[in-house]
Amino acid sequence: MEQFEFKYPAKRKVLRRAHVGVVGSGDLEVLLEPTEIGAASVLVRTSVDGFKDNWKAVLDRFFGQYDGAVHIEINDAGATPGAVYLRLQQAVEASES
Amino acid sequence: MREVIFSREYLQRRSFIELSARDRAESLFDSGTGRELAGPFDRIESPWLAMQGVTPQADDGCIVMRGTIAGQRAVVIAFNGAFQGGGIGEVSGAKLTTALDLACRDSENGQPTSAVLLLETGGVRLQEANLGLAAVAEIISSIIALRRYAPVISVIAGPVGCFGGMSLTAGVSSYIVMTPEGRLGLNGPEVIEEESGVEEFDASDRALTWSIYGGQQRYNQGLVDILVDDDIDQVIKTVQELITKGVPPRNRSEQVDVYRSHIAALDPSTKWNPADVSWSAASLARPIGRNQEVASNEEEHNQ
Repeated sequence: MEQFEFKYPAKRKVLRRAHVGVVGSGDLEVLLEPTEIGAASVLVRTSVDGFKDNWKAVLDRFFGQYDGAVHIEINDAGATPGAVYLRLQQAVEASES
Repeated sequence: MREVIFSREYLQRRSFIELSARDRAESLFDSGTGRELAGPFDRIESPWLAMQGVTPQADDGCIVMRGTIAGQRAVVIAFNGAFQGGGIGEVSGAKLTTALDLACRDSENGQPTSAVLLLETGGVRLQEANLGLAAVAEIISSIIALRRYAPVISVIAGPVGCFGGMSLTAGVSSYIVMTPEGRLGLNGPEVIEEESGVEEFDASDRALTWSIYGGQQRYNQGLVDILVDDDIDQVIKTVQELITKGVPPRNRSEQVDVYRSHIAALDPSTKWNPADVSWSAASLARPIGRNQEVASNEEEHNQ
């Protein structure tokens, strides 16, 4: 298992927390919580080692479009980058619905 | 190609199995009364998985909600079969046991509180084997304490089923509700194949697996009280009726003689087909038919 932390700038306040997904094979769990405006942080725990560059690429792309001030925790059980991106979008949708 | 035609009812039903574990739990409560306890943001997760290279889940795959069902106090504990096969570990076991014990304490103080277990579990989580086994013992003892005051209802809906130590906890509950898609057994097909070889049990044979472990067969054997379709409304209605009905006059696990007589009637020297291993509802203590109204207490005494 590997653990990474990433930080991104954030300028928009988020009102609600959201929890989506499950730590099942090929899937992941996302916990999204509002934080102070200024920085967003992501903590990734994944059971599949050796993919830090891929995680950074997916999260760089996600935070290229999302500016919410949030702390995100990801518990991953081998999800593909596409599945990760969809779960992140689902968490944002749940936090803004 | 053969054309498959589904009935309108089948296509329009709302599947219970397809809901997430959290949504299944919530769906059972009277509208707006369900409230989650020790949820994912409380981060009560297993301390043992990460040190074995397994990513933990923030709720340890166990969802606890309380509220009212059919106007009565109830707690629902749902296992998430997608996380570690719904396996029970130290934390998920403690969540379940504590929920049952609090329901028992409230019941003793004059506020009867039923428990509904939504079981999607392969049994004890192997990464926490000893703690999981201890948890099963605690859960059984907590169910037996609570079931004197309020019904403990096990619902086995999905194809993950209920196996290993958790099948024992289902066995001591007041009522068991299954769908035909559910499975119930002590040793699962994969375990038997692993231990005794594929000639003993071909776990890849789904028809064989469901003919032995499936909800319909378990109902025919008198191990299940009510068989329902995979339909949210049917599951809700059934749970409401059982909670309204209350504690059964005799629990299944107190009817040892009945089940012992069933086993005694089987000759193990001959090969049996699953279809032969069933008992008519008349020979069983609690005849409750599929999609029928729950039998009244008077009917139950007339066995």
